[in-house]
Amino acid sequence: MTATVRSRKSEPTKRAGNGSRPARHPLAKAPTGIPGLDEITNGGLPRGRPTLVCGGAGCGKTLLAMEFLVRGALDYNEPGVFMSFEESAADLVADARSLGFDLERLSARRQLLLDYVRLERAELTETGEYDLEGLFIRLGHAIDSIGAKRVVLDTIELLFSGLSDAFVLRAELARLFRWLKTKQVTAIVTGERSGEHLTRHGLEEFVSDCVILLDQRVTEQSATRRLRILKYRGSAHGGNEMPFLIDDHGVSVLPITSLGLAHRASTAHVSTGVAGLDGMFAKKGYYRGNSVLASGTAGTGKSSLAVHFAAAACRRGERCLYFAFEESPSQITRNMRSIGIDLEPWIRRGLLRVHAERPTALGLEAHLVAMHRLIDHWQPRVVVVDPVTNLIAVGSEIEVKAMLARLIDFMKLRQITALFTSLTEGGRAAERTDLGVSSLMDVWMLLGNQETNGERNRTIQIVKARGMAHSNQVREFVMTDRGITLVDISRRADGSVAIGAARGAQQQQARVGDPESSRGRRVK
Amino acid sequence: MKDGARGVWRLRLYVAGQSPKSITALANLKRLCESHLAGRYRIEVVDLLNQPHLARRDDIVVVPTLVRQLPVPVRKIIGDLSNEKRVLVALEVLPRDGQE
Repeated sequence: MTATVRSRKSEPTKRAGNGSRPARHPLAKAPTGIPGLDEITNGGLPRGRPTLVCGGAGCGKTLLAMEFLVRGALDYNEPGVFMSFEESAADLVADARSLGFDLERLSARRQLLLDYVRLERAELTETGEYDLEGLFIRLGHAIDSIGAKRVVLDTIELLFSGLSDAFVLRAELARLFRWLKTKQVTAIVTGERSGEHLTRHGLEEFVSDCVILLDQRVTEQSATRRLRILKYRGSAHGGNEMPFLIDDHGVSVLPITSLGLAHRASTAHVSTGVAGLDGMFAKKGYYRGNSVLASGTAGTGKSSLAVHFAAAACRRGERCLYFAFEESPSQITRNMRSIGIDLEPWIRRGLLRVHAERPTALGLEAHLVAMHRLIDHWQPRVVVVDPVTNLIAVGSEIEVKAMLARLIDFMKLRQITALFTSLTEGGRAAERTDLGVSSLMDVWMLLGNQETNGERNRTIQIVKARGMAHSNQVREFVMTDRGITLVDISRRADGSVAIGAARGAQQQQARVGDPESSRGRRVK
Repeated sequence: MKDGARGVWRLRLYVAGQSPKSITALANLKRLCESHLAGRYRIEVVDLLNQPHLARRDDIVVVPTLVRQLPVPVRKIIGDLSNEKRVLVALEVLPRDGQE
């Protein structure tokens, strides 16, 4: 087996001497079509080889294997044979229906062949020597009859409870896995985890190319499924545990580690939606594909700022997806009408979609999967998450940060500009906010509500903006019936900035022109 | 239709080509039928190499597999049938306790 690695090392020289030949991949892969799984395996399972998928009872082995076949048939034109040693064909059809897969239809089109092998020791008498040639013939015929490129054996270990001669079985299984390679089918072999061992009968000895471990744990009353690539010969893989979900769309794997920083950095800019605020950035807004964090305590205008951003996108004719984790869509539209922003027309024209849900209704993973799916499906140019802190409430710190990193990368790759609002608890140092979430962000703005001279005044400042010069001033803004307006800066003689009533007094004395102020609507 | 009651024993032997196990199984089967069921048995040999689709239809994974089709109920015996007594008991030619 080390030959794979060796031949890979010597490959460059071979290739150099054989320039006319197409480049030979060290390890061809068969995409599973399962969202996330192909990413963490760098393209899928080893093509033409068996992969072991193991885990305890109810961990999702069968469904993952089934989806591998269904996606293979539907998306990659690779018919598949599902040989089940556990569930009858009728049960498999019913299970798959819950994931939205119609196995009967696939079978009728000869894209799938279900074969249930029933072996009951009580109904068998053994006398003398035997082998599994019948299984080879049966599987071989199934493969040939539909031209299968994929095979699932679920779970072949049950042969050990049906037949007593373990020695013969082990020899035959070794032969079976060698034979599967000669048939050049990409196979998933499932095995049930047993104590310390990956599988009850040591299938991992025979399947050496790729081993995937599934696991289901219950933490804080919610069940979490995890997937881990234990082994992938000749291929880089992250050894981390990835959460995965099984729902009515099938299996989705959420790699919690970052995708890497391979995204293209855009130099195009996107308006913040507030003219005066645009002026605080050298590029008159955010870079396209930026992740923007707007944090502040309750009532500082975070949602209003987010809605300005959303409305500006819609005005440009871009689609905006707004995740509202605190308010219902109607509540948001009502509130925003009071500051002169009418979202209804954008919703009606299909440019704005408000997706409201309480994060606690689902687990964190379920949420992030749902968000990925909506973004993937609807293809917005702009996304608002309001507030991201509500997501943080459902998961542990490290998990949330890792998953958020993943969501941000996912959007960056699609050049989606995203605004996250973040609720800072009062009394906490504002700049120590948000579990270090700010380090994931390209732009961070801090919204405040300062109490001075018996009045509360709203302020906004840019804490950071990667790759872009920006104003260092704390600016006052007001909410009018025509939206957020930044107020002209007014300096006192000592250079400090006067806000609120103090500004009014200051402006009586001297007016200091702000270069950007002409861009904003001025409110008297 | 009380074929099996006193009538014919219908036995089907699934093999894969002319492997040593297949040959041994058939020889063993013929011998024990001649000595215990002379004149009232029929053996059908199914070579799965020639009729691979029958493996799925008749749910065969192991070869050799002997299936007693009549008398009912259907019984399955796997292996080369080298233990004659065990085969006879399983086929219910002999009673369970092995007494003749």
